[in-house]
Amino acid sequence: MTNRRGVVAPPAPENNQVSRLQDAPAADRRQFLARGGAIAGALATMGLADRGMAQDAPAAAETSSLPPNVPQWSRQLGEPTAKPYGMPSKFETRAIRNLYPGLTEPMSAYSTTPLQELDGIITPNGLFYERHHAGVPQVDPAQHRLMIHGLVKKPLIFTVDELRQFPSESHIYFMECSGNPSFLPPYGKTAAEVAGLVSCAEWTGVPLKTVLREVGVDPAATWIIAEGADGASMTRSIPMEKCLDDVLLAYSQNGERLRPEQGYPLRLFVPGYEGNTHIKWLRRLHVTSQPGYTREETAKYTDLMADGRARKFSFIMECKSLITSPSGTHKLARKGMHEMRGIAWSGRGRITHVDVSVDGGDTWTPAQLQQPVLSKALTAFRAPFEWTGREMVLMSRAVDETGYVQPTIEQLIAARGKVSFYHNNAIQPWKVNANGEVTNGRA
Amino acid sequence: MDALKLACISGLAALSAWTAAAAQDGYGLGTPATPEQIAGWHIDVLPDGDGLPPGSGTVMQGRKLYQSTCQACHGAKLEGGIGPALMGGQGSLATEKPLKTVGSYWPYATTLYDYIRRSMPFQSPQSLSNDQVYQVTAYILHMNGLLDENATLDAKSLVKVKMPNRDGFYVDDRPDAKNTRCMTDCLKKGADSTGAK
Repeated sequence: MTNRRGVVAPPAPENNQVSRLQDAPAADRRQFLARGGAIAGALATMGLADRGMAQDAPAAAETSSLPPNVPQWSRQLGEPTAKPYGMPSKFETRAIRNLYPGLTEPMSAYSTTPLQELDGIITPNGLFYERHHAGVPQVDPAQHRLMIHGLVKKPLIFTVDELRQFPSESHIYFMECSGNPSFLPPYGKTAAEVAGLVSCAEWTGVPLKTVLREVGVDPAATWIIAEGADGASMTRSIPMEKCLDDVLLAYSQNGERLRPEQGYPLRLFVPGYEGNTHIKWLRRLHVTSQPGYTREETAKYTDLMADGRARKFSFIMECKSLITSPSGTHKLARKGMHEMRGIAWSGRGRITHVDVSVDGGDTWTPAQLQQPVLSKALTAFRAPFEWTGREMVLMSRAVDETGYVQPTIEQLIAARGKVSFYHNNAIQPWKVNANGEVTNGRA
Repeated sequence: MDALKLACISGLAALSAWTAAAAQDGYGLGTPATPEQIAGWHIDVLPDGDGLPPGSGTVMQGRKLYQSTCQACHGAKLEGGIGPALMGGQGSLATEKPLKTVGSYWPYATTLYDYIRRSMPFQSPQSLSNDQVYQVTAYILHMNGLLDENATLDAKSLVKVKMPNRDGFYVDDRPDAKNTRCMTDCLKKGADSTGAK
């Protein structure tokens, strides 16, 4: 099969993805050159013009499909039906994951969801953020088992098929990395670089409490140590109270089986808790009367305070919001009315309000929340605003059902110091300059 | 219609009976895990020493093993490289440039054994024998001033090692930062958003 450029399109989705990435710069360059002659003089930075919000000028040389001409694709057959797995349009070159800025080693690393390219609250599975501690194992589900042992009546081993036979539930939940982002510079340019370690999906699985009833938990048990089957044998301890509440043994995400990057064939899903507790490639649950104090919950995911002491078991991802459009590297291409769009979430429950400001936080107005507004899920918001050609600072501030108001970075630093690294849920400013270019207001 | 209703009701009754039965007896899913199967997978080591295997290793053996297996990532002097630093940083935690290492930050020595056994070496995890894990654990503790140069480490002695930052942690006490939902003149009030005061 060949596409219009005569490039052989490989059949496998993975290969196809690579092909899109390699094509992207060439396609961008062509559009760039075509567009450049017309408007280059008016724009200081073409990279920004390329991301124009409202008025992407059509490429001057490519008008053959524009009225009154009949488009080329209306005069010929398209591609055949039933590609084994559908992929995004080849023109969608920016909706991709990138390694977090500054990372060079891809095995214990993280990649970001391109929040600035997405709409709504569901993250496509191929764009869900990643954090791996020893790469992505390719686990054969027929050879995968979940062992539950420790303080239980009957230690049991389950196949993935058996777990799928338990009564199932589906829930839409966000998941966020605890370091999204750290408190330290460099501050990111795009929404993805600023807070792209958050994503949201519909998760299907069996409630952990259902399976715990099957093994019979000893009343003395207070923790469960969960372990993954990856090369890190990634391990976190989860309080029993949470395990008996809303924790899922998840095997599907957005309707299809988990992707390998998300723990195929089985992961723990711990709603509202920091991402690293959602153990992927889950192979073992050790029921205990004490936490494991594993490396991940001592050396790593603890929050160092200014006085040199550290918070442990800092599980909850607190209420936060982010304007994703317009956001860093976007450009307002005309004066007049625009819509700002974004996402809000809280590990403690539902979002009740999102307020937005266009004057750097002096005046706030309520944004409209898009239904559904679900507990521990992303909530989309929108608000109209006018750009008169003057400099502005856009901000959003979320409130959750506990009454908690998303804080400022200064308030967080006052409470914690500058080196706590994790759990930065501060209000994010985006600066719009007189040319309409949007940059990180923190940088 | 009545027949349908009746079918629905009896269906519901059957369903609730099934649910009740399931709650009592379970779903009958899963296979009993044998002690051998559990022993093969269970590698958790808890702070009270639960899970530490038999065996031992000396600081001297650990030095040799460290040099051949760990040094490339963690540095000849445990100063870090591709991997994190494993010593130093004592007294730095309350400064603006804290160095969190085994010696300055980790609260339990058992965690060192647990982590090395499950996750290290980075390229070939779970390749070290239990004795080798004792050896390299002993060496790292020694380099942090927590074990004598001539020491032999085993389950009994490892639990006795008290880490300098043992009491440096407390359970999460958030929410901490308290913002208010100010709507107008917030910068003047100094209570909101930019946090300007």
